[in-house]
Amino acid sequence: MTQLALFIELPTTHLGLVIELTILALAIFLGIEVISKVPAMLHTPLMSGTNFIHGIVIVGAIAILGTADDTLLKIVGFIAMVLATANVVGGWFVTDRMLEMFRPRRSEPPADEKDKPEP
Amino acid sequence: MISNSNVIGLLYLATIVCFILALRFLSSPKHARLGNRVGGGGMLIAIGTTLALKGIGNWALIVSAGAIGAAVGVVGAKRVKMTAMPQMVALFNGVGGGAAALVALAEFHKLAPASGRIGSTEVVSIVLSALIGSISFAGSAIAFAKLQELIGGRPIVFPGQNIFNGLIVTGAAAFGIAAIAGVQGQWVIVALILLALTFGVMFVLPIGGADMPVVISLLNAFTGLAASATGFVLSNTVLIVSGMLVGASGTLLTLLMGKAMYRSITNVLFSAFGQVQAGTSAARVDDGRTFRATTPEDVAVQLSYARKVVIVPGYGLAVAQAQHDVRQLAELLESKGVEVLYAIHPVAGRMPGHMNVLLAEANVPYDQLKEMDEINSEFPQTDVALVIGANDVVNPAARSDPGSPIYGMPILDVDKAQSVVVMKRSMAPGFAGIDNELFLEQQTTMLFGNAKDSVVKLIAAVKSL
Repeated sequence: MTQLALFIELPTTHLGLVIELTILALAIFLGIEVISKVPAMLHTPLMSGTNFIHGIVIVGAIAILGTADDTLLKIVGFIAMVLATANVVGGWFVTDRMLEMFRPRRSEPPADEKDKPEP
Repeated sequence: MISNSNVIGLLYLATIVCFILALRFLSSPKHARLGNRVGGGGMLIAIGTTLALKGIGNWALIVSAGAIGAAVGVVGAKRVKMTAMPQMVALFNGVGGGAAALVALAEFHKLAPASGRIGSTEVVSIVLSALIGSISFAGSAIAFAKLQELIGGRPIVFPGQNIFNGLIVTGAAAFGIAAIAGVQGQWVIVALILLALTFGVMFVLPIGGADMPVVISLLNAFTGLAASATGFVLSNTVLIVSGMLVGASGTLLTLLMGKAMYRSITNVLFSAFGQVQAGTSAARVDDGRTFRATTPEDVAVQLSYARKVVIVPGYGLAVAQAQHDVRQLAELLESKGVEVLYAIHPVAGRMPGHMNVLLAEANVPYDQLKEMDEINSEFPQTDVALVIGANDVVNPAARSDPGSPIYGMPILDVDKAQSVVVMKRSMAPGFAGIDNELFLEQQTTMLFGNAKDSVVKLIAAVKSL
């Protein structure tokens, strides 16, 4: 019931702790599975890409700042929002900048898999 | 205004799917950029959904904070040099961790006076998020300062450090337990955050600059875990899953770095630290062999008449900013019918995969970049291996000398090539502070000088042939 107290203002999906922990456990295995398929060549973009993903904490920052009703919450929420936005925006642009640089050999005929080159 | 919890849940689910696809697309440089766009789309869905939640207000504050953060992020991302990527990643780790800790602090502030006793799931998550987020924030700040050379990269140690750190951790844990047990004054969580910040600083200070990549990977995982804990506070699946994906990624990369350096993570983090004991290996027999110096002209002939050349770039190449010149040299050789490949060691550069980014920036096509396992079997058929600014990662002692501090570290088997040209400033040893037998081998010649100057001279010499 404490969750109700927590979300007086914000509607959200209410899941039980056990379901949340189940999701967490599955996410661990999924994460290991997906990440281990990333080649070493792309490990730096992987790091900045996951950097971007943990910027999802912006959702928490918006929730705090958007419902802040006293000065302390407004200050803390404001700083959290600035940090999280810098995280999201910076992480995305720097990853994009890096990935743009990775190009295959131009002169060579298309690889045997016949994948269409990206625009 | 969205108030239907199923709609909210589905929109957040769409974000989760986008993030997973983004990581999945990173399995090949072909679709990686598309993947990042998909991930960006997912993030926009999550942000839009949250902004549209019923009860969200303070729009002026949200918009101005968002504008400041976005401006800082864009400028930082556009300006940063590719060689400074490790600092950039450290910085974003830090701000993410800081944001998570602040969200935890705010939640505690909101809940504490209401009931006097916060539900145990929330308070445990708040404590974890505050703790891990603060460690990540402070640790990343120090890692950034070390990499940016604002403070010395050398390990900073003082007597009683372990006891001091132990006390801080115990203190932080005590406040955390107190908060969970029901002492829910504001000061508890503030004290916890202050101690965690101190620990973050103390934890990274004793680690040497060269081990920073491991630290950054680890802090990456920390920030992910902090975000995940925040998800439990807010009962939000998108935070739980995304945070955990980052946690898994950071953990895997940390272990991988340790493996590539052939050191355990505990050794990197707590060896007081981070210094390989040089000179403790079995006494080296001075067999009277000496190195042979060579000239750019001789190397030019060697390269031009080779069938296959493998370039082994190290961080020395990036420091000298010679990537573009190396690419020119490679193209020149290719126009003469020479097959040119690059052999990339997993720890080449200053973070995992860093060298690939630096070469991609210099327009080297990625299909020419070969990973260690792929290229090692090709060295015996290689006519010339050109080692530029790399040292420890091509040291055969890692295979053959059990007394060597780097024994067991996976290396590039450059010594198996028909001939080896090592471009180096001097005979000085590399980071590990040990001699390199490769330089004394029969087939090895040394080309001394700054990497950039040497490569420029090589290009001129090849052209004049």
